[in-house]
Amino acid sequence: DREHNLSFKYAVSAIPRNGNQQPLDYLILLIKDILIENPHTNAIKTSKYNVLTFLPLNLFEQFQRIANAYFLCLLVLQVIPAISSLSWFTTVVPLALVLSITAVKDAIDDLVTLCLSSSHPLSPSLAVSFTLALCFCLSLCCPLGEVCCEPPNNRLDRFVGTLVWRGQKHPLDNHCVLLRGCTLRNTDWCFGLVLFAGPETKLMQNCGKSSFKRTSIDRLMNVLVLFIFGFLVFMCIILAVGHGIWEHYEGTKVMAFVPQQNEDTAFSSFLTFWSYIIILNTVVPISLYVSMEVIRLGNSYYINWDRLMFHTGSGTAAEARTTTLNEELGQIRYVFSDKTGTLTQNIMCFHKCSINGKDMMMVDFSFNSLADPRFQFYDNNLLEAVKLETLEVHSFFRLLAICHTVMAEEKNNDLVYQAQSPDEGALVTAARNFGFVFRLRTPESVCVVEMGVPRTYELLAILDFNNVRKRMSVIVRSPEGKLALYCKGADTIIYKRLHESCSKLMEVTTEHLNLIGATAIEDKLQDGVSQTIEQLAKADIKIWVLTGDKQETAENIGYSCNLLREEMDDIFIVAADSPEEVRQELRCVEWCEAYERDVQVTERWHGTEIKGLLILGIIFTQHVFPLCACMCFQAYALEGSMELEFLRTACMCKTVICCRVTPMQKAQVVELVKKYKQAVTLAIGDGANDVSMIKAAHIGVGISGQEGMQAVLSSDFSFAQFRYLQRLLLVHGRWSYLRMCKFLRYFFYKNFTFTFVHFWFAFFCGFSAQTVYDETFIALYNLMYTALPVLGMGLFDQDVSDGWSLEYPQLYEPGQRSLYFSKGAFIKCALHSCYSSLVLFFVPYAAVRDSVSTDGHDIADHQSFALLTQTCLTVTVCVQLGLDLSYWTAVNHLFVWGSLGMYFLVTFTMQSDGLHRLYASSFPFVGTARNSLDQVTVWLTVLLTAVLCVLPVVVHRFLFMQLNPTINDKVLKVHQMKAQPPPPRRRARIRRSSTRRSGYAFSHAYGYGDLVTSKRFLRRPVPSRSAGSTPAGRSAAFRPAGRSAGYSPSGQEQNPKQATEPTELQRYRAVHDATFCRQGVAPE
Amino acid sequence: MAKNQVGAGPFARRPDNSAFKQQRLPAWSPSLTPHTVLSVFYGLSLICVLLGIWLLITVQNTYQLKVDYTNGSCKKCFEMRKYPANATKNCICTANFKVPKAFLGDVFFYYGLINFHQNLRRYMDSRDDAQLVGRKKSLKFPSTYCKPFAYDENGLPIAPCGAVANSKFNDSFRLVYHQLDGPAVTVPLHRRGITWYTDKNIKFHNPPTNTTLQEAFQGTAQPLYWQRPVYDLDPEDPNNNGFINDDLIVWMREAAFPNFKKLYGILNRAHALFSHGLPAGNYSIIITYNFPVQYFQGKKEVVVSTVTWFGGQNYFLPIAYLVSSGMTFIAAIVLTVIHVKVGRDGKNMEE
Repeated sequence: DREHNLSFKYAVSAIPRNGNQQPLDYLILLIKDILIENPHTNAIKTSKYNVLTFLPLNLFEQFQRIANAYFLCLLVLQVIPAISSLSWFTTVVPLALVLSITAVKDAIDDLVTLCLSSSHPLSPSLAVSFTLALCFCLSLCCPLGEVCCEPPNNRLDRFVGTLVWRGQKHPLDNHCVLLRGCTLRNTDWCFGLVLFAGPETKLMQNCGKSSFKRTSIDRLMNVLVLFIFGFLVFMCIILAVGHGIWEHYEGTKVMAFVPQQNEDTAFSSFLTFWSYIIILNTVVPISLYVSMEVIRLGNSYYINWDRLMFHTGSGTAAEARTTTLNEELGQIRYVFSDKTGTLTQNIMCFHKCSINGKDMMMVDFSFNSLADPRFQFYDNNLLEAVKLETLEVHSFFRLLAICHTVMAEEKNNDLVYQAQSPDEGALVTAARNFGFVFRLRTPESVCVVEMGVPRTYELLAILDFNNVRKRMSVIVRSPEGKLALYCKGADTIIYKRLHESCSKLMEVTTEHLNLIGATAIEDKLQDGVSQTIEQLAKADIKIWVLTGDKQETAENIGYSCNLLREEMDDIFIVAADSPEEVRQELRCVEWCEAYERDVQVTERWHGTEIKGLLILGIIFTQHVFPLCACMCFQAYALEGSMELEFLRTACMCKTVICCRVTPMQKAQVVELVKKYKQAVTLAIGDGANDVSMIKAAHIGVGISGQEGMQAVLSSDFSFAQFRYLQRLLLVHGRWSYLRMCKFLRYFFYKNFTFTFVHFWFAFFCGFSAQTVYDETFIALYNLMYTALPVLGMGLFDQDVSDGWSLEYPQLYEPGQRSLYFSKGAFIKCALHSCYSSLVLFFVPYAAVRDSVSTDGHDIADHQSFALLTQTCLTVTVCVQLGLDLSYWTAVNHLFVWGSLGMYFLVTFTMQSDGLHRLYASSFPFVGTARNSLDQVTVWLTVLLTAVLCVLPVVVHRFLFMQLNPTINDKVLKVHQMKAQPPPPRRRARIRRSSTRRSGYAFSHAYGYGDLVTSKRFLRRPVPSRSAGSTPAGRSAAFRPAGRSAGYSPSGQEQNPKQATEPTELQRYRAVHDATFCRQGVAPE
Repeated sequence: MAKNQVGAGPFARRPDNSAFKQQRLPAWSPSLTPHTVLSVFYGLSLICVLLGIWLLITVQNTYQLKVDYTNGSCKKCFEMRKYPANATKNCICTANFKVPKAFLGDVFFYYGLINFHQNLRRYMDSRDDAQLVGRKKSLKFPSTYCKPFAYDENGLPIAPCGAVANSKFNDSFRLVYHQLDGPAVTVPLHRRGITWYTDKNIKFHNPPTNTTLQEAFQGTAQPLYWQRPVYDLDPEDPNNNGFINDDLIVWMREAAFPNFKKLYGILNRAHALFSHGLPAGNYSIIITYNFPVQYFQGKKEVVVSTVTWFGGQNYFLPIAYLVSSGMTFIAAIVLTVIHVKVGRDGKNMEE
C-alpha cells in the first residue's frame, strides 16, 4: 500500500544560499514553487477565460444550457423554408440579447474570481519539523537526494513521504510541509523544497468542490419546464392532426388558389408540427431565466445595502455571497445553528473565580502597568487579596500564569498572547491583569513577572491538554527550588483527582492534589439572540442548535437564549452509551410524548407542538476515544433505522439541541432533515467546524466574527450578528420569495396568454401555422413590451412593509408551505391564461368579424386583426400586472407606462412609411396602426377584453379575501387601519441567575504543548525575532485565500475550529475533531 | 450620507441611506378593499350598461343587406364556372333584391366571400411586397415566396406574383335601381377611394416609367387566372391601373377569417336620386360572374350597408357590453352580500 502511495518521486533540488552563515535548523518542505520534472507551473488559473477565448468558450458554455440549446434548435428550424412560420429575427433578437447579457455577467464574474484568487492570505504557521545536520544546508546547492511521497491529494492533515538523502532515509509527515498560502512566522526565512505546484497543491485540490446549490423554485422550474415542453408538443400534435384533417377535407379544395407544396397529408402535418413548435415556443420564454437572474441579483444587492444589517461594531455589512438563492430565504423551515460565536460572541471573558471557597469579582488595575486594558471585571476583594499577598490567591494566579501553552510575543512594547483557544487566553490574561504576568517562554522555563518581580520557573514537564484527559498539567521548579505540579482542567475531571485517589498522579507527586480555586469564563450571548429566536419560532421556523459543547453548557445556552423556557416541563435528554440504549431512549421520548398527548405519534409535525427539548448527547463521550464516538454515532444514530427514529423524535420537539456533535455530524443532521423532511434548511455558523453544515444546508449563513473567515467564505450569505438572521429571513427572504413567485406567476401568465391565442386562431386558419400577431411584435413582446414592468415587480414589490413583516412573523409561513408558487399555482396560471387567451382571441374576432371601419374600409383584414389582438393583449397584461403589483414606486410607474408607451411608439415606428420604403418585404404592416387605432371599435374592444380578463380575477381574489382570508389579508387589514407598525418591542433580556445555569464551557483541543516542549521553537530571543503579530485568541489567526474555505495552513493539529477541512468532511474524519469541554481550573 | 464618511471608522462600509437601497421608495400601495372593489364593480357595471345601450341604439339605426348570388339566379354561371374550359367565356347574371326601408347616409357596397381562406400561411406568404412597391428588380425576379406563381410556363416573371394576386376576385357588379314610376337607374358608385390611403400611396406603387404603364410591365406575364394584364385592369380609368388598382389593393389586404367582405364601391350621393342614401324599392345587381367558388364550397354575396360612428353594423359589441354589465352587476351584488354577511367585521385577526 505504502509503496503504491509513494508513487511520486521528486529529486531534491536546492535553493542556493546567499552567503548567510547563520545555522539553519529546519528544513521546511514547502509545497509551493516549481520543481524539476514537474510539468505543472505554479500559476493557478481560477479565471475561466481570457480575451481571445472568451467569446467561443462562453458561447459554447451557454449553448450547453438546455434553454439556449433549445432556442438554437428553433433557429435552425426557422431557416427551413417549408417549416419556417416566423422570420428568423423573432428568435435571433431575443437569443442574441439573452446571450449577450449572460456573457456580460459571466465576464464580470470571471473578473471577480480573478481578483479573488490573487489576494494573498496571511496565516500563521508553525514552522518546522525536521532537522537535518548543518552540512545538509551547506550542500544544498547540488541535488543529492530524493523524496518519495504520496500523490497530490486534498488531505490537509496528512502527508506521507520519505526523504532519501545521502543514503539516509528521513520520514516526512504533515509537520514537515507548508501548504500554499502559508506565511512564515517567527522566522524570517527558511529553506524549502517544492513538492507540489499549481493545481497539485492541497489548496487547489480542495477548491471547486463545493456543490452547486439550487433553490427549490429552480428545481420546480425544471419540472415545470419539462411539463411545458410536453404540453407544447401536445398542443402541436393536436394542431398537426388538425392540419391533417383540414388538408384532407378542405385543403385539396383550395389547391387551385394555394400553392400546395406536397401532396402527402401526413408529411404536411409533420411540417406543420414543427411550424407550430416555432410559433408556440414562447411558452418556454428564453427571457425567463435571464429575468430570474436579474431579480435575484437585485434582491441580493438589497441585502448588501441594508443598513439595518450593518454591524457598527465591526464595520461589516451583510453580504449576499451567492446571488442565486434569494427566494429560498423565504422558505426556510429549519435553522441549524452553531453555538459558539454564532449565538454567543465568542469573546471569552474571565468572569468569576472562586479561591479557597470564596467567590470573587472586581475592577481597577491601575496599579499594574502591564495590565491588558481590555480586561474589565473585578472585585475589590480579590484585588485586595492579591495585594495582601494571600497565599491561596497568589498560587491561584501563579497557576494561571504558568500552567498553559500560550505563546507570548512582545511587539511595540505591547505584550501579545497567542493562545490556542480564547478561553486559555482569557485565563492567562486574567492572571496578567492581577499582577502575574506571563512574559516569556523557553522550552525549559517560563518567565513570569509576579507583582512586579520577575521569576523564572524551570519547566520540567508539560502534559498538554487533550480530549481524553481533559486537563493539562505542568511540573515546575520554582526559583527557590521547590517542585510543584499545577493542573487545570474540566471540573469533573479535577473533582475526581481531588476526591479519589488517583494512582497515576500518586506515582508522580506522592501528594494529593489540593484545590486552589475555580474559574468561570463567560462567553456572552450576542445582542438580540433571544428575540430573534422567539421571532423565528413564531414564523414556524424550527431552530436546532448543533454544538460541540457539553450537555450542561448547551442546556444553559438553551435557557439563556430563549430556546428553552421554564414552562417547558419535559426536557428529554438522550444520552446513552450504546446504540441500543440510544434507540431505547429515543423510543421512550416518543412514547412519552404520545402518551401525554394521547395521540398516535405519526409523521405529523405540523400539529400541536410539544414543549420539550431533546438533547442528543453523543454516546460514548465518557470513556471511549473520540474517534469511536464519531464512528459510533454515525453507525448507530445517524444511519439506518436509527436516523429515522432520531428525526421523528426530534421533529416532535419544539426545540432541539444537539451537543457534542462533530462538524461531520452537524452536516449529517442537516442532510438527514433535508432528506426526509423535504424542508428547506438553513445553517448558520461562524467557524470552520460549521463549514460542513453550511455547505450541506440549502442556505449557508456565515457569521463574520472571531473565528476567521472560513465559514463566511463557504457561506451563501454572511453578516456579523446572529440577530440579523431575522431580518434576512423575515424581510429579505420573504420579499425575495414573494417577488420571485409573483414574477413567475405573472410571467407564465403573460406568455401563455400570448401563445394560446395562436392556438385558437389555428382553428380559423386551417391549421396552417399562420401567426396572429405581427412578427416584430412576437420578437419584441417579451423583450420590450412586457419585460420591464414584471422586472419592476420582481425588484420592488412589497406586500407589507419590513416593519410589518417583523411584527407578524406568521407572514413567513406561506413561503414555508410554498403557497405562492407551486405546481398547483402553475396550473391555475395556465387556466387563467387559457381563459384570457379565449377572451383575447374571440372578443376581437367577434368585434371585427363582420365589421368595417367608420369610413367603410376594411378592418377585418389580418393585419388590422393582428394589431387589434396584440393591443388588447398588451393592455390586458398590463392591467393584470397593475392588479398584481402592490407597491407602485416611481420606477414601477415608469416601467408600466413606459412599456405601454413603448408599445405604441414601436408599433407606429415599425409601421411607418420610412421603414417600408427601406425594406418593403420586412415591414408589410405599413399604415396598419394609423388606420386601425383611430377606430372607436378598436378601443371599445380593448376595453372590453381588459375588463373581461381582469374582473373574474378581482372577484376571485375578493371572495377569497372575504371568505378565507390569509394571514396577509389580515395583516393588510390592520395595515389599513394603522399606517405604521408599532415600534419594535424592546424586551428586557431575561437574565438567569440561578446557579444551575451558571456553568459555561468551551471547546478546546490540543494546545501548543508539543511545540513548547519540542525545544525547537524560538531558540532565538522571542521579541526580536518575532515576525507578524497575532493577538490572543483565534481572531486573526487565519484568513485563507479566495473561496477555498476551510483550508488550514498548517499541518499541525490546531483547534478543531481551524483544523477542520470542510470540503473533505465527507471523506475523512480527523481524530481530533471532536470538541471537548473543559471547565474550571483546579491545580494542585 | 455615509459617502461623506468614506474611509473613516467603522462607518466607512456602511451602506448608503438612500430610499432606493433601503427599499423605502415612496410608493402607492393599492389593495383590494371592499370599498374600492364594490364601487369599481358598480361603476363598471353602470358604464358598461350605458355604453351597451348607446351602441345598441346606434347599431339598430344602421342598415345592412346581404344578397347571396352564388347559385340561385346565377345557377347558370355557377355551373359554367365549374369547368375551367369555360374560363374565357363571359357569363352575366342578375340578382334581384328589395330594400324595404331607405338606407340613409353613406352607403357602402361590398362583395363577400364565405369559406375562402385568405389566412392560410402559404397563401398569405405568397406575395412580394417589394414587387408591389414597384421595385424593378423584384419585377424581374419575384420573391421565392411567390412560387409556384412566380413565373409562367414561358419563364416570364408574373406581375403581380403570388397566390394572393393570382386569386384576385374578378366578379364585377352593376347595381340598378328600379323606380316605381320611372326608368331603371344605374346606381352610381365611387369605385375609387375604397382603399386605405397608406396602401394606395405607400404600400403599392407602379414601377417607375417614362412612357406607358404597359412599357413598365414589359417582360412580365399576367397572373395565371387573370383575364386582363395588370396594366389594363381598369379600361375606364388609366390612373387606376397597375399595382395601384383599387380592387387589387383591396384584395391584397388579406382577410383574417375565412368569411369576409371587401369594399367594392361607395354610393355616389351627387346623383339627386341618391343624395340621402339608397331609397327603398327594388334593385337588381347585374353580375359579371367570373370567380369560381364551387371548388372550396364557398359562397359569394353582395353586401349593402351603412356605417355608424363606431364602424359597420355589428351587434357583438353592444351585446357584449350589456352582458358584461349584467355579469358585473351580478358579481357586485354577490360580493356585497358576502361582504355584508361574512366579511364586514372580518374574522378576528390573529393576535
